[in-house]
Amino acid sequence: MPEWNKPLPSVVGETKPYWDSCKRGDLVIQKCDDCDEYQFYPRGICSNCWSNNIQWIKSTGKGTVWTYTVTYQNRTHGFAQDVPYVLALVELDEGVKMFTNIVECEPSSVQIGMSVEVTFIQANNQISVPYFRPA
Amino acid sequence: MVDLKRGAAIVGINEHITRYSPDKSELQIQGESVIKALEDAGLTKNDVEGLFTASSSIRNSGLNLADYLNMYPKYVDNTTVGGGSFEFHLSHALTAISAGRINCAVITYSSLARSGGVSVGTGGVARFGHPRLDPSPDSFEELYGLTTVGLYAMIAQRHMHLYGTTSEQLAQVAVSTRKHASMNPEALFRTPITVEDVVNARVISSPLHLLDCCVITDGGGAVVVASPELARSCKQNPVWVLGVGEALAHQGAGKRDLIEIAAKQSTTPAFAMAGVTHKDIDMAMIYDSFTITVIETLEDLGFCKKGEGGDFVSGGRIEIGGELPINTDGGGLSSNHPGMRGIFLLLEATRQLRHQFEGTPRQVPNCNIALCHGTGGALGSRHSGGTVILGRD
Repeated sequence: MPEWNKPLPSVVGETKPYWDSCKRGDLVIQKCDDCDEYQFYPRGICSNCWSNNIQWIKSTGKGTVWTYTVTYQNRTHGFAQDVPYVLALVELDEGVKMFTNIVECEPSSVQIGMSVEVTFIQANNQISVPYFRPA
Repeated sequence: MVDLKRGAAIVGINEHITRYSPDKSELQIQGESVIKALEDAGLTKNDVEGLFTASSSIRNSGLNLADYLNMYPKYVDNTTVGGGSFEFHLSHALTAISAGRINCAVITYSSLARSGGVSVGTGGVARFGHPRLDPSPDSFEELYGLTTVGLYAMIAQRHMHLYGTTSEQLAQVAVSTRKHASMNPEALFRTPITVEDVVNARVISSPLHLLDCCVITDGGGAVVVASPELARSCKQNPVWVLGVGEALAHQGAGKRDLIEIAAKQSTTPAFAMAGVTHKDIDMAMIYDSFTITVIETLEDLGFCKKGEGGDFVSGGRIEIGGELPINTDGGGLSSNHPGMRGIFLLLEATRQLRHQFEGTPRQVPNCNIALCHGTGGALGSRHSGGTVILGRD
């Protein structure tokens, strides 16, 4: 496993199931049992109806690129040497958007509307980070 | 609701002349600005009852400022929602003055973003200091190498996809703004540029080029706001607050379409309070962190239809002499952008409404009503929008 030189997520109770699932290779999102709304990023309450009756759903891990940018300059250690890289907002099939990078392709090949699927890169023994690649 | 229209006026202003001040503290720049703005109004330290400030670098900004200036305000507001904070401050000062809590307030800001070497737009998570991520939202966003410019670039990309907006149309905003900067001796960059200069500059985060991005400077300023009674006794003609509106926009738990920005919400109450229409606006100060910010803001404020912003900014329409001159000081794209820029929108609108440049090319002719819209945060993730409509007697 190559050394991870990017920031790592901070994991707390309300987000631990997400990161635990990522470690197993599953992308999960939350759905409220009271109002039936999905939400992303994960939180301890339903942001729509403020119920705490929320459950974790396994996402299909598939979606489309809603928008993106090819980043040529980022001064943060861990990203500075990765440019150019693709920062994107992916809309999952379940209808929620999440920030990610589009990997395993040429940055110039990325387009709005292209189909993508989740893939994971292991940062360390606790954390695997979800990315997306062309599907 | 209480009618707030003309419930307060801008009576004193100062824009600190500096663009680079490695030998000054941020509090000193604020102090110097406040003193000169009060002189401009013909008021003194003892007249100031309300203190309004925001900072991304001064801890407990209002508390430390009151200490530095040895003031004891009875009304304090440190609302900090990014670059547009100062439009929110004016809105809140109007409310406090109209409610009779205070008669006079000072709004002030400063930053040493340039001499401090702050990579405002491209610093990534390091722009916040040590890159330790909060559980949310950072841990779901900053992992992916977000930058401020990237979060605007993503909206620019989407705008191009939906509406056919071009890099040349974005560039036109930078070109027109630079033309205005060429008339401002204090602007950082004053040499005129062309559309080709912009689109041939290196790409920072596609589709945004270097010249689609604001400059980074040191700087600061202050605004003195007074009740109608006090305003009538001040040195300068009052610039009345006619209408205000506020909004916050975010991802909406992953479901909002952020191609529609906060301005869409803040514009309606501002125009309703002012009792004016878009045709009545003689000039506008539109927060220009990036060229796309201007196009999106003009659309969602209602100056043109959604998707038509690229056409709207073309053909000289946004230049002095055009239908809606904007950012007549050279804006953040060319004059100054010390981390947050919202206060400078109020300063230039006030100068134009005072007809301070009468007889020179920089004066917007027959300038009676101006609009300022501050945007803070980032269009692509979460941001604020504060709309202010101002008018002269």
